[in-house]
Amino acid sequence: MSEQNYDAIVVGSGISGGWAAKELTEKGLKVLLLERGENIEHVSGYKNALKAPWEIPHRDHLTQKMREEHPVLIRDYFMHEANVDYWVKDAESPYVEVRPFNWFRGYHVGGRSLMWGRQSYRWNRFDYEANAKEGIAIDWPVRYEDMAPWYDHVETFAGISGSLEGLESLPDGKYTPPMDMTVVEKHVAARIKDHYKGSRHMIIGRSANTTEPRPGRSSCQFRNKCDLGCPFGAYFSTQSSTLPAAVATGNLTLRPWSIVTQVTYDKDRKRATGVEVMDGQTMETTRYTSKIVFLCASTLNTAWVLMNSATDIWPDGLGSSSGELGHNVMDHHFRVGASGEVEGFEDRYVYGRRPNGIYIPRYRNLFGDKRDYLRGFGYQGSGDRKGWNREIAEYGVGAQMKAALLEPGHWQMGIGAFGETLPNHNNKVTLDKNKKDKWGLPVLAMDADIGENEHKMRKDMADDAAEMLEAAGVKNVKKHEDTYAMGQGIHEMGTARMGLDPKTSVLNKHNQVWDAPNVYVTDGACMVSTSCVNPSLTYMAMTARASHHAVESLKRMDI
Amino acid sequence: MSTEPMHLINRREAVRRIALIMGTAMVASDVILRGASVGVKDLPAFTDADKALLDEIGETIIPTTDIPGAKATGIGPFMAMFVTDCYNQKEHATFSDGLGKIDAESKRRFGKGFVDATPEQRLVLCNDLDKEQRRFHDSKPKGEQEHYFRMMKELTLMGYFSSEIGCTQAVSYIEVPGAWHGDVPFKKGDKEWY
Repeated sequence: MSEQNYDAIVVGSGISGGWAAKELTEKGLKVLLLERGENIEHVSGYKNALKAPWEIPHRDHLTQKMREEHPVLIRDYFMHEANVDYWVKDAESPYVEVRPFNWFRGYHVGGRSLMWGRQSYRWNRFDYEANAKEGIAIDWPVRYEDMAPWYDHVETFAGISGSLEGLESLPDGKYTPPMDMTVVEKHVAARIKDHYKGSRHMIIGRSANTTEPRPGRSSCQFRNKCDLGCPFGAYFSTQSSTLPAAVATGNLTLRPWSIVTQVTYDKDRKRATGVEVMDGQTMETTRYTSKIVFLCASTLNTAWVLMNSATDIWPDGLGSSSGELGHNVMDHHFRVGASGEVEGFEDRYVYGRRPNGIYIPRYRNLFGDKRDYLRGFGYQGSGDRKGWNREIAEYGVGAQMKAALLEPGHWQMGIGAFGETLPNHNNKVTLDKNKKDKWGLPVLAMDADIGENEHKMRKDMADDAAEMLEAAGVKNVKKHEDTYAMGQGIHEMGTARMGLDPKTSVLNKHNQVWDAPNVYVTDGACMVSTSCVNPSLTYMAMTARASHHAVESLKRMDI
Repeated sequence: MSTEPMHLINRREAVRRIALIMGTAMVASDVILRGASVGVKDLPAFTDADKALLDEIGETIIPTTDIPGAKATGIGPFMAMFVTDCYNQKEHATFSDGLGKIDAESKRRFGKGFVDATPEQRLVLCNDLDKEQRRFHDSKPKGEQEHYFRMMKELTLMGYFSSEIGCTQAVSYIEVPGAWHGDVPFKKGDKEWY
């Protein structure tokens, strides 16, 4: 039985769980890291990463068989032939859509840290204050100043490339050298700065592709095949970064195929005692005990574990005493923007394949700007020359078309917005005990959508994109306004929010479940609002901060 | 499912598929986001004659010049394999019917099947079909499937440029670039990046 007892159990091995494992093991704790899916070894597990395009049979397009196995994932393009194995088989792990909801999951060691977008931005001080100032939902129990040292900590280790800009709307961090903008991106950036008199900025994206070597990791080789796994370890993932650090301490036990079915709870001590695990292959159940538990199972699966825990005391699960567990599901809404063509620069081109784009930080409802909606949005995009897959209007088929396609086409510039989503108690996930997954476990029912504030914002997201590109001299600008359903941003947040009051929040200001202070939730479930910037860097910082708190609390014997 | 190319504005593969964010991409989101209907297909397999015909259609779209054309990359068998594995029943049927239509049109115009027509005759026919598919594409409702000749053109471009010949002789595929420069000189004759 002794091997089943640990100082800490971390549930989930993605971005947050990897950080918890690293921080806790480095502070001397014996840690059991549980992952519900298979192991994917760093480098040797990336079986398509070094294949040439012609070595991928369908040239990276999906077969009908892949479509049948992934009815949810084919709603967007993130899954492709070469990385299809990194995505969950939807049919094995169904969920209920009370309202349309896209849930794009990766069930394996590393989770979505293997396929993530790597854009890494700090929240600004307004983001942490907005709920309180506007009377939306509840106040964040932390402020930018609380988070800043932890942003420093995680950026330094993760290796984020980026530029220092001195913008209050997008605080600078600890970066490796920025990637170049293309000549056209520089041109458009200068025109935007000029037109808006310095109130809007187009900067190079801040991406977790390190441009300086890190221990065991090369700098970025500009292959832009990140979502196959990087054999150079150049982008931050659990496999490339946090897992090797945790393993090096000698304090880590990693157990794949471990589906955590509940946190076990001692109602007399008001503490968790550990977790119950179902083996994903044998279906056998094992109990593991520990002093602390970190839930980092990804936002909605963390909610699922809590809902299935301590139900003899709280029928709706551990953390449900506030009535907020499973509520306030959020995401970033997107698929709105504009693109067009840029004349000239025909004698300029690029070298390499940059796994990053440009970023336009939020400017709406800041510094005196006032709109008919709250919060704002940022843009991502890029400016590049068209390739062989372009339509050539002046030629049909044959030698002339071929000759034209052998050279790059005109420059083009496109930007797409990511908007903040307000928390709303009516946006929720619940357990549907009538529907079961492959392992006989109840599934989640999703009941969430964006509301009036987001729809008003989307109009600006499209209009501003076209206006800015036109102001920058981009020609033939076309607006894009596509539909969006919750979850599609793959930035699921909320369901177990932090707060100052156990009556209105699931977690306290240190990410501890109010009803079980030795249970920490540090993935996206803890979020109280969403900002408009990509969330993963904040999960990293939040996890490192909570890990520090947990170890200090253990030393003081007060959890 | 929407086929608006905007889903492809993205953060995850900002450049890899950048061309697809623009409305003018030829190998468009319709290929990436192919029709979602699924199920067992009950269509006859492509024959060797079908593949030979596809080879010649592909070679007409991308002919041999100072560098090899589409036929040298095995474009016929590639298209047959791709349509069999990746297209749904309806798209597959449209594509297969299109093969018969091309051959019939060649017989009507030239008195012989497409494979036996001269390269000049094939080019005239394919350019007429290309005009037809463009008109169809520009007027079709969003989400409707494409004209068979657009399918063939898309698959020829995609299959050719992603082939070993395409990646090494037509455009420049460098497995490990090792660096990124956002502003380098370009002169006529320089290859484009794959």
